[in-house]
Amino acid sequence: MSRESMKYDVVIVGGGPSGLSTAIKLKQLDPNLNVCLLEKASEIGAHILSGNVFETRALDELLPNWRELNAPIKTKVNKEKFLFLSKTKSLSWPTWLLPAVQQNHKNYIISLANLCRWLAEHAESLGVEIFPGFAASEILYNEDGSVKGIATQDMGIDKERNKKNSYEPGIDLIGKVTVFAEGCRGHLGKQLIQKFNLNQGKDPQQYGIGFKEIWEISEKNHEEGLVMHTAGWPLDNNTYGGSFIYHAENKQLFLGYVIGLDYKNPHLSPFDEFQRFKTHPAIKRIIEGGKRISYGARALIEGGIQSLPKMYMPGALLIGCDAGTLNMPKIKGSHTAMKSGILAAETIFEKIKQNKDLSIYEEKFKNSWIYEELYRARNVKPSFRWGLILGIIFTGIDQILFKGKLPFTLRHKHADHETLKPANQMPKIEYLKPDNVITFDKTSSVYLTGTNHTDNQPVHLQLKDPNLPINYTLEKFDEPAQRYCPAGVYEVQKQNEQNKFVINSQNCIHCKTCDIKEPSQNITWVTPEGGGGPRYGNM
Amino acid sequence: MKILVAIKRVIDYNVQVRVKEDGSGVVTDNVKMSTNPPDDNAIEEAVKIKESGKATEVIAVTVGEEKAQETLRKALAVGADRGIHVKVDGIIEPLAVSKILQKIVDKEKPDLVFMGKQAIDDDCNQTGQMLSALLNWPQATFASKIYFKDGKLEVVREIDEGLETIEVNLPAIVTCDLRLNEPRYASLPNIMKAKKKSIEQLNASDLGVDITPRIQQIKVEEPPKRKAGIKVANVAELVQKLKNEAKVI
Ligand SMILES: Cc1cc2nc3c(=O)[nH]c(=O)nc-3n(C[C@H](O)[C@H](O)[C@H](O)COP(=O)(O)OP(=O)(O)OC[C@H]3O[C@@H](n4cnc5c(N)ncnc54)[C@H](O)[C@@H]3O)c2cc1C
Ligand code: SF4
Repeated sequence: MSRESMKYDVVIVGGGPSGLSTAIKLKQLDPNLNVCLLEKASEIGAHILSGNVFETRALDELLPNWRELNAPIKTKVNKEKFLFLSKTKSLSWPTWLLPAVQQNHKNYIISLANLCRWLAEHAESLGVEIFPGFAASEILYNEDGSVKGIATQDMGIDKERNKKNSYEPGIDLIGKVTVFAEGCRGHLGKQLIQKFNLNQGKDPQQYGIGFKEIWEISEKNHEEGLVMHTAGWPLDNNTYGGSFIYHAENKQLFLGYVIGLDYKNPHLSPFDEFQRFKTHPAIKRIIEGGKRISYGARALIEGGIQSLPKMYMPGALLIGCDAGTLNMPKIKGSHTAMKSGILAAETIFEKIKQNKDLSIYEEKFKNSWIYEELYRARNVKPSFRWGLILGIIFTGIDQILFKGKLPFTLRHKHADHETLKPANQMPKIEYLKPDNVITFDKTSSVYLTGTNHTDNQPVHLQLKDPNLPINYTLEKFDEPAQRYCPAGVYEVQKQNEQNKFVINSQNCIHCKTCDIKEPSQNITWVTPEGGGGPRYGNM
Repeated sequence: MKILVAIKRVIDYNVQVRVKEDGSGVVTDNVKMSTNPPDDNAIEEAVKIKESGKATEVIAVTVGEEKAQETLRKALAVGADRGIHVKVDGIIEPLAVSKILQKIVDKEKPDLVFMGKQAIDDDCNQTGQMLSALLNWPQATFASKIYFKDGKLEVVREIDEGLETIEVNLPAIVTCDLRLNEPRYASLPNIMKAKKKSIEQLNASDLGVDITPRIQQIKVEEPPKRKAGIKVANVAELVQKLKNEAKVI
């Protein structure tokens, strides 16, 4: 059966900062262009999770009058701290000794989800057609192999892939250019990188998992505008990661933790490390007497310029974190994602009006500040494979003395799924039981995300080999999915004396960690029915 | 035959509702809002009746703030023909909503009014009943099945004791249960078409309805946390505890 199709000048997949910037810029360049944007969340912003300390550089270019337009960007950073934690102590690092990339005095503490909602309203007022609740599930190709557009998911299919009464077929959205802006580890972006060999000659991509909780804390502990980061405990010297603690408006605290997914010990549970981190006296003091109101997690992309794939291909562009434009030493990707989106719009405009090739994207990218920024940042993340201490010393030399201009580039050697060591060679880690005041379990955490997927739909976490988790991964790595998934989706249960691998897909918060870290790449995340997943508020 | 469907925008049923710190209400900032779930069933039923040829027009009406229009757009995308938005800011009580709906009914003269059995935000379960009294029309509440019979409506109701079947004359008010049907998805082309359908904007004051609240809300609190349970070793211990500690037997 042929599906219905709709034609546009430009089809954009993903309503994050990058996709929305492309949409807005296109309409600014030519109000007559037909532009549509799809978002898999039930509304724009509901799948966005970010710190977020926001650098306004790209927004200044896109909408210079954002202040008059009442953008949700209010809290200016006014104070900064950096702490090294040992188990019970904390050592404050003078901020003047921080590399410039880690200084934030010109930046703002915002909710990126709310910024996206605001950008979406602006895009709609310019005539962009925004469709939340629709996932792009498939890439469509022309006969010559170029990208033709995407197809949206069929709705109303049951677990056995039969049509339910409410069945509604997906439709084909066809664009002169299709823009993929799905964020970190996009499910279609991943296919494009493979099909067009976009990562040829590049280092393996690097990822991290980022957790975030929003707390309402007592007035006396709250210092609006304070930005704090920590390194060290509870992670050991060989695991890359650290925390962020941002004092936002309305007595809210954005508290988060990022752990590099190149960790080696399969017994490590990123979720529990984050929970444990909150028990440090220097942290507990801030949140004590407060209340946790939100929880979530999302993978972030850390490979930088060495791992950045080619961002153009026939008929399509791959932008933002879907490609990997995040600046790791800054832990900021919103402004670079936006800039990559603006450049995409300029490229598409020239392609449609002057019939230029999409490959001009590369030149635009190389000539812009985004390239300069990512180039200077390139050596920081790889230096941490020497451990926290040497990494910091090197970063100091590289970033403060040489401002990122050392005449060599450190490489990323392994993909994150290759780094786990066998379980029996690594120490077990004892995690404390949650106290339900400062620390929590996964179940009560996922509850706060408002996550739901229509039941009776196909499982959207697909196993290439359904027997592998029990026959191989359990034995060799003690099935780490039980621990790296921040939502408790994967469980190994004993049923009639037999181990069974259970996937509670309805709890999935779309972080993509399993798709990245599974040691045999046995798990593939595909789009569930549109509108499913978390319902984040101001994450 | 014309069908009027009344719908409401509420906090999405998946969201964990939080009470404001000062007890003045619940937090709605940064919270996902959606159509009240049984209202989706009401729209679906009306559209199905129209598709079967028994109705000629489905009109969706909502009373609420500016953004309540999104709820109307969704109704239009699944098959309602046009919308009416009565704009009201702040709290509005069931009686005031019923009076507004009465005015709309006077104007539009529908043969049937459908709505959800209750809204999941305040759980009042009053508006349909009050509207029926104001109009002096028959009502069929908690409908889980609806049949047309000789110009009348046969309605199966979900009640505490089980199922009850009643017959009502038209015009009538029907409030819908979640079991009535399976609401359809809005397809992309239909969402596009819905953008072009008309939504009439009215103010409560234009309709001459006094919407001043009559109930004073003193305080909103979270329900007390349940204490952790205990395990008893045997029936004797259970009985002993129920008698001496819980003092319920
Ligand atoms: C814990 C954490 C902290 C961070 N802190 C900061 C910070 O302080 N400052 C900063 O600048 N950056 C920060 N970042 C990075 C920043 O959030 C990202 O760089 C940025 O969000 C990338 O934007 P994007 O538009 O590329 O992708 P995203 O923001 O991920 O948006 C992609 C959108 O596309 C949608 N989508 C995906 N696939 C599909 C599909 N197939 N169909 C339809 N829709 C789809 C998603 O639901 C999502 O809404 C942080 C990230 C994390 C995880
Ligand atoms: S199943 Fe995968 S994508 Fe979903 S929450 Fe767990 S790790 Fe993240």
